[in-house]
Amino acid sequence: MSFNVFHALLIAAAAVYGALWFLRSDHGVSANTFLRYAVILAASVLVLAPFAWLVAATFKDPDVLNEYVFFPPLSEWSSDTLNFKNLRVLFEPRQTSAGTFTFWLFIFNSLFLACTQTGLQLFTSSMAGFALAKYSFRGSGLVLGFILGSMMIPPILLLAPVYMIIVNLGWIDSFLALIVPSAVSGYGIFLFRQAMLGVPKELLEAARVEGASEFRLYFSVALPLVRPMSGAFCLVAFLASWNNFIAPNVFLHSTHKLTLPVILQQYVGDYSSQYGVFLAGTLIAILPPVILFFLLQREFISGLTSGAVKG
Amino acid sequence: MNRRQTVNAWLFLSPFLVVSGVFFIYPFLWATVLAFYQTSGSLHSVFVGWSNFRFVLGDPEFFRALRNTTVFAVFSIFLQLPLSLGLALLLNTRKDRWKGFFRLILFSPHLVGPIFVGILFSVLFTARFGMINRFLHYVSGHGLDLRWLADPALVMPALVLTSLWMYVGFNMIYFLAGLQNVSDDLMDAARVDGAGPWQRFVHVIVPAIKPVALFVVIMSTIGSFQLFELPYALLNGTGGPDNAGLTIVMYLYQHAFESGDLGTGAAVGWILALIIFAISMAQIRISRGLESS
Repeated sequence: MSFNVFHALLIAAAAVYGALWFLRSDHGVSANTFLRYAVILAASVLVLAPFAWLVAATFKDPDVLNEYVFFPPLSEWSSDTLNFKNLRVLFEPRQTSAGTFTFWLFIFNSLFLACTQTGLQLFTSSMAGFALAKYSFRGSGLVLGFILGSMMIPPILLLAPVYMIIVNLGWIDSFLALIVPSAVSGYGIFLFRQAMLGVPKELLEAARVEGASEFRLYFSVALPLVRPMSGAFCLVAFLASWNNFIAPNVFLHSTHKLTLPVILQQYVGDYSSQYGVFLAGTLIAILPPVILFFLLQREFISGLTSGAVKG
Repeated sequence: MNRRQTVNAWLFLSPFLVVSGVFFIYPFLWATVLAFYQTSGSLHSVFVGWSNFRFVLGDPEFFRALRNTTVFAVFSIFLQLPLSLGLALLLNTRKDRWKGFFRLILFSPHLVGPIFVGILFSVLFTARFGMINRFLHYVSGHGLDLRWLADPALVMPALVLTSLWMYVGFNMIYFLAGLQNVSDDLMDAARVDGAGPWQRFVHVIVPAIKPVALFVVIMSTIGSFQLFELPYALLNGTGGPDNAGLTIVMYLYQHAFESGDLGTGAAVGWILALIIFAISMAQIRISRGLESS
């Protein structure tokens, strides 16, 4: 075993910690702060390493993929070591029984399904959440109880019977099989109900006096007031749909209808000898959620935890 | 509340009620019936009584899956959650400009779907060239030829390591939210009274974060017992060598959708639902018991 940068870093960190502990007279406060940051930093490096590796694997030439762990050293940067070969192979038109397709088609399928499901869930969940939060009517407790109870059922239990229903409806190999069953979300209704409880009654009454319809109260008065929750829920719904594997894998058959998780899982077998190709595809597949997350991250973290903290 | 408003409320609920009637309540009832039928594909079915349950509960492979899943759940709760809590405690300072930044980084793996994580890590775990073995070699001087995904003894550790990467930051977010409930005044008072870090943790922090901790433990257990995509992608659609990575949902999937026996699938689904229900109830009970003692 040879001495390397890693060991030097460990020794340096221990030295700094010791120095802070003995030289500063604040009872080890600054030493502890240093240790805190050292641990957080180490954890962050471990978390980011696979991402860095994935980016490197995508842009390294297939011939030098295993030569360097991450990127080649700056002195060896050239079009022989870093290039777009993997991406070019990935986006090459592929012949299937139903025609010739490129990787763009699968990106489009995934985007279309994720956007449709997110939009539908946002609409149906906020509407139902509004009804449960702002109307007192017989049966509302029952509906809420049903929603909370339904979240205890593992979804896989329903897959076999849902599969039979989809077969009977003739929706096998159709996007309808993915869009319709996931057009509603019990979890979404629960989140929106919690958020809509905070909408002031006076505001709704005032709009009613002015003759606004009930739909208008929901759409133009209540919905704009719960925008943070809408942002958080959009991301949750988009992630769930974008990363969904079981349903598209079971319900879709034709290659040209597949989504990214399903096609990439197949590419692992198809491109087993040139894995830079499916890694490039994986990098592309994780970009849309990351972009959306950075746009919505403030809403997301508060929305995600609001149910847990109060519960 | 007038009649018009009641009608409107039901109208607002109607999309949910219709869709969940067709795709939740009806399949839920059907799953109960289906568990007692032998099916082959979606068209032929024969009533077989309890025989699906008898088959599953007598199948050593099911118990293999049950054992793997349980081991994974135990690691999730006793290894992953303490790490999440530890990171949350480290990040939770009163004023820290970097808190949001590190929170973002540590959370980021959760954005990657389990299938994509599985594909990525199946390459990272490669012997000799994989990043993980190279890292082990760099740090300790050996470990370059560990065959993580081909050696039955190493499949579960690989699965646990991957899930640590995916979920530690995610659960940390919940603990961070829970730590907002810790009263600064109480912490200061404890400090003045001479309570050390460990005493402050046990007597001030733990009671304040208990509701969140219970939520996270139950969600992790439920999630662990439904583990499927991650090992499926990591082990390329199989249970791994010697079925060392076979989970209950994977067992269900293989029987229902690869062999076309939906009845056995429904029976496994029911067994899984009952296991999850029993464990969740036990966890709530235990936490109530701890509270009263």
